Amino acid sequence: MNKFGSKIISWIDERYDLTPVRNLLEHKKVPAHRHSVWYYMGGVTLFLFLVQLFTGILLLLYYRPGEDSAYESVRFIVTEVKFGWLIRNVHSWSANLLVLFAFIHMFSVFFSKAYEKPRELTWVTGFIILVFSLAFGFSGYLLPWNELAFFATKVGTDIVGVVPVIGEPLKILLRGGEDVTGATLSRFFGIHVAILPAIFTVFLGLHLLFIQRQGMHEPEHFRNLPEEKKKYIPFFPDFALKDLLLWVIVFNILIFLALYFPWEIGNKADAFASAPEGIRPEWYFMFMFQSLKLLPAHILFLEGELLGVLFFGVVGLIWMLIPYIKIKQRPNWKIQPLELIGIIAVAFIIVMTVLGYLL
Amino acid sequence: MKLDRRKFLNTLLGLGGIGGVFSIFYPIVSYLNPPKSAEPKVNSVKAGKDVDFPSNSSKIIKFGRKPVILIKTEDKQYKALSASCTHLDCIVQYKSDTKQIWCACHNGVYDLSGRNISGPPPRPLDAYDVKVVKDEIVITKVG
Repeated sequence: MNKFGSKIISWIDERYDLTPVRNLLEHKKVPAHRHSVWYYMGGVTLFLFLVQLFTGILLLLYYRPGEDSAYESVRFIVTEVKFGWLIRNVHSWSANLLVLFAFIHMFSVFFSKAYEKPRELTWVTGFIILVFSLAFGFSGYLLPWNELAFFATKVGTDIVGVVPVIGEPLKILLRGGEDVTGATLSRFFGIHVAILPAIFTVFLGLHLLFIQRQGMHEPEHFRNLPEEKKKYIPFFPDFALKDLLLWVIVFNILIFLALYFPWEIGNKADAFASAPEGIRPEWYFMFMFQSLKLLPAHILFLEGELLGVLFFGVVGLIWMLIPYIKIKQRPNWKIQPLELIGIIAVAFIIVMTVLGYLL
Repeated sequence: MKLDRRKFLNTLLGLGGIGGVFSIFYPIVSYLNPPKSAEPKVNSVKAGKDVDFPSNSSKIIKFGRKPVILIKTEDKQYKALSASCTHLDCIVQYKSDTKQIWCACHNGVYDLSGRNISGPPPRPLDAYDVKVVKDEIVITKVG
């Protein structure tokens, strides 16, 4: 470091005592083993979130919410504003990759059992962040005010309405009225650019804080190794540089996708037009959408829809509380019960998503 | 005695505190709940000229704030039904090849009298009355 740089650091150090930061940088280490690659997934997700933050702020400079201006302003961004198309495409692609990497990160944590004591709250906050990411996706999807988004929002908010007692008031609260209108767009805009970022940042902060406090999780096969066989790499600069390299790679993929696979704007939403053929939600809602589609109208005395929503609600809650659920180990089983549940969950999501695109 | 006075003051303060919190949250929650806009009283709408409407086709008509699907069958009969799918509120469409009403969102199918015949819709579509008065198609609410 040059003289000027170290002068600034010692100036800050003298006043605010940088010992904790220095300790962290010097002592933090990352286990090196055959599953180390999964350690990078959370970092990639974080990087994509930063891209979202940055491109989102840029889009905000031209986007105008409102029934008569939202679609037009997005068209203006992608056709008139210099590099507007690039910013919008990066924002859309990055959103999709973010959800993808968040899912990969979550399942890698699940299968390596990194959620176990003492990291229960890291898992819980992570799950909450994932739910908020999906809410980001859902609310952002409506903002261009096109046909697909309009009907996706109609369906998505109507699903909320099937929940007993609180469903109907909640639906009106979300829509800003009985129907999906300009009022809904205003609300979703507020939710997308103010409410969600505020709450998201808090949980993300906690999530990262927990990770810094507890360090990297060591999987069982690594923990059982004799001390001298455990290999580590320093977090700084080794792991951080590898992280950075991956960020650069992901960034390049992102730009490639944004350049060669632009997102359509579609047709402007019309509250008095039939839902177009081939209507479908974003891919990460596809498995739920497809499951609801396959349910019959009535199951016993309940509406199929209600049962589906309750099912996903309960499963989601159980998934969030996984660290607190004790399931007996079966020594003779090749695959442990919890692992089996995870495999079933992944298989269900993949099969339903594929079916959604094929049927 | 001293303790009782403290208890009394704490209770008083606590109640005041609850009142304070309530007086902050009540307006916020009320604010979030959108005001009910007066439903425009629409009992009938005109839907264009009979001669301009080809048979075996349909269109979506604005009935106040609600969409209504108007269908002219092959034998020149009119049918008007609520266009909001009873499943999850998408807007349905008329399939001229199968002579059925179809919802693209989740593959719900209704027959021409609005009965839900396959897919997830739990209820039939509400029916409207259609009359042709001096070549003008008029849709009216039932009842």
